[in-house]
Amino acid sequence: MNADPFEPDDGHEGHEGCEGHDRQDRHDRQDRHGESDPCHGRTDEDVATGGALAEDAPGAVPGVPGVPGQDTGERPGERPARGGGLRIPPPRSSIEDTGRPLPDPPPLPAAPAPTPPPVLEHKVLKSLLGAWALTACSAEEAAAVELHLGSCGACADEALRLRDAVGLLHPEESLDLDPGLRSRVLTNCLDRRPPRIPVPDWAAPYDAETARLDALLKDFGNGEWHAPVRLKWYEEDRPTSRRTTVAGVIAHLLTVDGLVATTLGLEDPLPEAARALLVDSSPTARTDAYWNASRFPPTRAMRLPWREQSHTIIRTVSFAGGGSAELAVPYGEFTLPLRDSMLDRAFECWLHADDIADAVDYPYKPPAPRHLNRMIDLAARMLPGALAERRRSGLATPAKELVAAGTPGRSLRLEVEGHGGGEWLIPLDSPGAVATAEHEVAHVALDCVEFCRLAAGHVPPEDAAAGQDGDREAIRDVLSAAASLSRM
Amino acid sequence: MAKDAPPRWDRKMQQRLARGEAAALGELYDRLASLVHSLAHRVLDDDAAADRVTREVFAHVWENPEEYDPKKGSLRSWVASLTHRYAVSRLRQTETAALADGGQGTTEDMEQKVRRASVAARADYIVTSMPAPLRAALELAYFQRRDYRQTAADLGVTEDEARRRLRLGLQLLSTANEQRPAAAPPPGYGSAL
Repeated sequence: MNADPFEPDDGHEGHEGCEGHDRQDRHDRQDRHGESDPCHGRTDEDVATGGALAEDAPGAVPGVPGVPGQDTGERPGERPARGGGLRIPPPRSSIEDTGRPLPDPPPLPAAPAPTPPPVLEHKVLKSLLGAWALTACSAEEAAAVELHLGSCGACADEALRLRDAVGLLHPEESLDLDPGLRSRVLTNCLDRRPPRIPVPDWAAPYDAETARLDALLKDFGNGEWHAPVRLKWYEEDRPTSRRTTVAGVIAHLLTVDGLVATTLGLEDPLPEAARALLVDSSPTARTDAYWNASRFPPTRAMRLPWREQSHTIIRTVSFAGGGSAELAVPYGEFTLPLRDSMLDRAFECWLHADDIADAVDYPYKPPAPRHLNRMIDLAARMLPGALAERRRSGLATPAKELVAAGTPGRSLRLEVEGHGGGEWLIPLDSPGAVATAEHEVAHVALDCVEFCRLAAGHVPPEDAAAGQDGDREAIRDVLSAAASLSRM
Repeated sequence: MAKDAPPRWDRKMQQRLARGEAAALGELYDRLASLVHSLAHRVLDDDAAADRVTREVFAHVWENPEEYDPKKGSLRSWVASLTHRYAVSRLRQTETAALADGGQGTTEDMEQKVRRASVAARADYIVTSMPAPLRAALELAYFQRRDYRQTAADLGVTEDEARRRLRLGLQLLSTANEQRPAAAPPPGYGSAL
């Protein structure tokens, strides 16, 4: 750490940084006191400037020293008063003006000290003032300081000032920002002054979901970053899973978001060594390559590059505007237009955030209904293609009718209930066919979050709690096709 | 220190906001919303009121990015002082309305309450903004009741250094109590620190 530009008024000592502190992880999962550990949640940038005034540290994440244990409900003013009278002059500063209660008296030796206080140099006594004000020195030292205050006006002034300051220390209240506040605040701003460079509508869910996940990660300690997470999805009609950690999930999001980044001409987050290991450009291959190429398991250091990349993606698509919506993002075996790919990434971000929240026992809500609706819409639009793909591999029942492209054919009504839900008609016999209510042969109803979990491969199609009506085979095929949309 | 050129990020953010880039506003929110909300909450002690102040502060920044003067300090400290202003003025409004409504207490009581809330919020900001090593020392000594020798051992520093950090941390914190000259920004948010 660089030399600390701060010295007390009479600065006289060196400074050794907080290395020991950084390694501590006192964060308790049950304890969401935000920044219980003052180094938590701070970006690398902040740590690098840790010695400078943090008001100038970009991105300093606010927080105050919290109480790593549960809040005892104690407030500074309630610290048990110890000892008796003061031997320092009465307050000269503005304490009466502030109207705050006078701070507790400083401690005196618990029992009358039989031995006289040690004789200490002025310099040492002065350096003890902070510890004295905090009741954090020995009884003998406290006695020596107090004796000194009777004869040294400068120290007595400072002693009062510091003791006053102790009363301002305050355990941080555990306050999680309402996740909905972001969109309310931003909408209010944009209504008052319309943006010249707006975030495209189709990028809004990604913007919201990445912000939500980032807020969840903010208070994580090392214990949480290394908490085990099992990623689940469907592969060849079978549930598949992979074990990783919270940090590993962020690495996964970073590398797969990288598909969007590279399509936009941004830097690929996959390092050279990992690119050499790529078997194809699928999300799974990219993630495996990234995990395998790192010599050490991912850590909390993943957060910054992931967040920076997501901010850069949002910024870049904002500048590119509508023109970029149709850019083809390659996913290995298929491509998605950028507008859909961003929805897909928002969907993945939410579900993986949900995996993470599960792993560390935090609650996590579904996305805003209007965003959820677009994610479901994307899945519904992908279903006919997935169905055709399964039919080709013999996993779905053969088409009942030959339907010419653009003409109506057998249809399934997908009814997704809840905020963000809606109704979709899925053509059953060919992706090119037009689904119509007149040709409806089956109706399936399920809750919107349940549908998303199905499409994410988190629930088996046969267990997806669904109200069913009509052609059983068609329903089974569609639900299985939904599960087959899932990826790592 | 505060006199140095603020980081490039601050100037760039200002330019992007001035340009009307909605993505910049989102990034600013991600970086500063919890600071704004917690300061407002410290003053107002009410979630909904803190939400409203958060909305007002970001609207102010978005509508008037040119008001930020990088020479006077960081964007963060500017936003913190705006928050302070909005929150204190809202508290005064609410309290005045309560008084006019026949509430208990005198105007003087009210001013005292406003002053107390204002100092508390400044103190919070100072704590969040002080160098991490100082914060860590204060946390150990105050919240965990470690004496300075234990604090030194916990932090892996000398006892001299632990004493220095505790004293310096309190010195910074004590500036929250400074009375504000009428025209100057509230102490603690700008070059005063």
